[in-house]
Amino acid sequence: MNWTLALPELVLALSGLAILVAGVLPRRDMTFPCTMMVLGAFLLSGAFVLTQPDGMGFGGQYISDAFARFMKVLVLAGAALALLLALDWNRAEGLSRFEYPVLVLFATLGMMVMISANDLMSLYLGLELLSLPLYVMAAFHRDNARSSEAGLKYFVLGALSSGLMLYGMSLVYGFAGTTNFAQLAQVLGGTAPISAGVVVGIVFIITGLCFKVAAVPFHMWTPDVYEGAPTSVVAYFATATKVGAIAAIVRVLAGPFGGAVDQWQQVIVLASIASMILGAFAAIGQTNIKRLMAYSWISHTGFVLMGLAVGTEAGLRGVLIYTPIYLMMSLGAFSVLVAMRRNGHAVENIQDLAGLGRTDPAMALGMAIFMFAMAGIPPLSGFFAKLYVLLPAVEAGFWLMAVVAVLSSVVSAYYYLRVVKVMYFDASTGALDARPSGVSFVLAGTGLFTMFFFLMPAPLLAAARQAVAALIG
Amino acid sequence: MIAGLAFYFFAFILIAAAVMVVTARNPVHSVIWLIAAFFNAAALFLIAGAEFLAMILVIVYVGAVAVLFLFVVMMLDVDFAQLREGVQRYAPIGAVVGGILFLELLLVLSVWRFAPDAAALRMAPMPEGVTNTEAIGRILYTDHIYLFQISGLILLVAMIGAIVLTLRDRPGTKRQDVGAQIARSSAVAMARPELGEGIRREDILRPLPPPAKEAPKPVTHEGGHH
Amino acid sequence: MTQPLLAQYFPILVFLGIAGGIALAMVGGSILLARQKPDAEKLSAYECGFAPFDDTRRRFDVRFYLVAILFIIFDLEVAFLFPWAVTLGDIGWLGFFSMMGFLFVLTVGFIYEWRKGALDWE
Repeated sequence: MNWTLALPELVLALSGLAILVAGVLPRRDMTFPCTMMVLGAFLLSGAFVLTQPDGMGFGGQYISDAFARFMKVLVLAGAALALLLALDWNRAEGLSRFEYPVLVLFATLGMMVMISANDLMSLYLGLELLSLPLYVMAAFHRDNARSSEAGLKYFVLGALSSGLMLYGMSLVYGFAGTTNFAQLAQVLGGTAPISAGVVVGIVFIITGLCFKVAAVPFHMWTPDVYEGAPTSVVAYFATATKVGAIAAIVRVLAGPFGGAVDQWQQVIVLASIASMILGAFAAIGQTNIKRLMAYSWISHTGFVLMGLAVGTEAGLRGVLIYTPIYLMMSLGAFSVLVAMRRNGHAVENIQDLAGLGRTDPAMALGMAIFMFAMAGIPPLSGFFAKLYVLLPAVEAGFWLMAVVAVLSSVVSAYYYLRVVKVMYFDASTGALDARPSGVSFVLAGTGLFTMFFFLMPAPLLAAARQAVAALIG
Repeated sequence: MIAGLAFYFFAFILIAAAVMVVTARNPVHSVIWLIAAFFNAAALFLIAGAEFLAMILVIVYVGAVAVLFLFVVMMLDVDFAQLREGVQRYAPIGAVVGGILFLELLLVLSVWRFAPDAAALRMAPMPEGVTNTEAIGRILYTDHIYLFQISGLILLVAMIGAIVLTLRDRPGTKRQDVGAQIARSSAVAMARPELGEGIRREDILRPLPPPAKEAPKPVTHEGGHH
Repeated sequence: MTQPLLAQYFPILVFLGIAGGIALAMVGGSILLARQKPDAEKLSAYECGFAPFDDTRRRFDVRFYLVAILFIIFDLEVAFLFPWAVTLGDIGWLGFFSMMGFLFVLTVGFIYEWRKGALDWE
């Protein structure tokens, strides 16, 4: 069979099993060694991803192409950095258990399966392998009522969305006769009218995927889960898993259902506009910074979906450029959130950042960069991200979407800049505790990327172009 | 003819049982109705020719999932009657919305049709003269080995998740500790007893427990009920 | 809708019919013939000589739940074994080792839960 093709997944799965055994056999706390081993497994798997050849495996259920490699590298990088952030936070909160890195590893493996899916069945199983650890991780602080609540809410809504998606897949299979992406593209790409059953199935699948990327109107769980779940877990939710979810929705809509673009375009346009508007306005009144980040993500979802809705090569390239830039901004912002603790207790209100500009200038500068970048202020990376999805929308004549995007960007600048204002101009309520070295590392790396992206955008643009070419074919 | 009759019979009971699951006042009764629903669904699978699925439904859902539901229902200590007050208040509006959705689904159903080449595209048509357990077995472990192994990993993650979320260390739990059980403690010394005589206690020189103080036990009349 | 498969199950259908008929006759007969005097006291828990302290229904320990969930997982694993056992002759070594890999993954899970003490009681 094609075991060598799926080497990155295979390596990750086997090392996950090994790490699980290595963590449980000794009678002492293995959290730190296990975390390091998981980071090593991510590195190893990443190296195999980079050298992965193109091709299909397992009877067309698995595909390796430039798109898959691009997204897998992002997912692995995001997961590794988020795990680094979680190490200190979990120790400080008494959540140090070696299962955490193992769950992160299996969730990441699920994302890689999902990204490499070339069949509705492998897509679904990858999604489940991703979701199951996420439910557990959201409730990881199990003695905390809000964490348990977050886990339960996420589980109920996640299970519902998985069910909707599975139903859609069965409809597509029933009416199109196949679950393979290549064959689906063939069936739907022809001149024959597309059967209504397939369309209903596609819409169900889109609904399930919109739950996962938290697009309006399926976003309700996001703020509650972000607020209740431990910050270290949210740092993983808001970074790596978002990349996985975007990869899945892009892969499905641009690949097998690319021929049915007229059928799903309106749905995505609607979700995009609603997400941008809701993300901009609902975040204004938030006092909890984790909720703020949740709404911020919803508005970013709108931008990502805008590129997808346009459906042209330029639009998809915009999506693929948006994803790594968002990943870096979000990781940076969450490194600050994870470092927010005072006298050993985690704090998560925006007001707790007051005076950070004087008590910890470096972290305040980093946070200011990320906030400016998320607001889309040039020359930071966030500006280019928005530009690359906005231009194709204008070129393709999606004026409504483009106008909403610009306006919502202006509105959301208000709450991003408010964070900056609190940091630099409000009276301090006491310094935050010294930040751990892992946080400083992530903060510096992501900050430099966000700041100086405009100097060297070429490698990323080239990689994104290659990935899109592989996707559209 | 019999199959047709049986279909309507089982389908009717299935729907009735499902309605009872939702409306039964006592949650334990709900679970028992659910078991009835599972059985009837299994019968429907059987009529549709999916023998394997029918048996799995009985083994896994009735045998394991329903038991789990029972445990969960008995674990919760919620006043269910109170929860249901809201249901009755909102039932009419829910019924209206549900009815509208149902009508819309009927409308959608009326325009459905299969893609012209759907039948030819089926990837794994049912081979003739083979039970569907065999048909599944022939492709599940070879053609679909990738998916099969991923499902193994999903089961593993479920196992980890259940343990992470619910297992607590209790002070009184007795753990199996093979090393400690095999190792001879230094407090126990072996001795060679004289033939026919033995030594004091079971041939093992153990420090004797201090003699218990002889205190007259007060006679208590145990209260409580029988 | 007539399939050879269903014909094999016809005796079971007859069996179900007979069982249902007898059960209905017995319960229905007792409802029709016996005197019915329902009373709330008849349903309450009985304790000798005084009013009962509380309900007989008690909350189950969360450990039952854990055992049940672990049972489901291994039950599913067993469900995968049936088609494998039936077709082992056809699917060759690949099919054999495929199942061995699957079992290996779950054995790792078993080692984990044993070592964690999830199978221990008091």
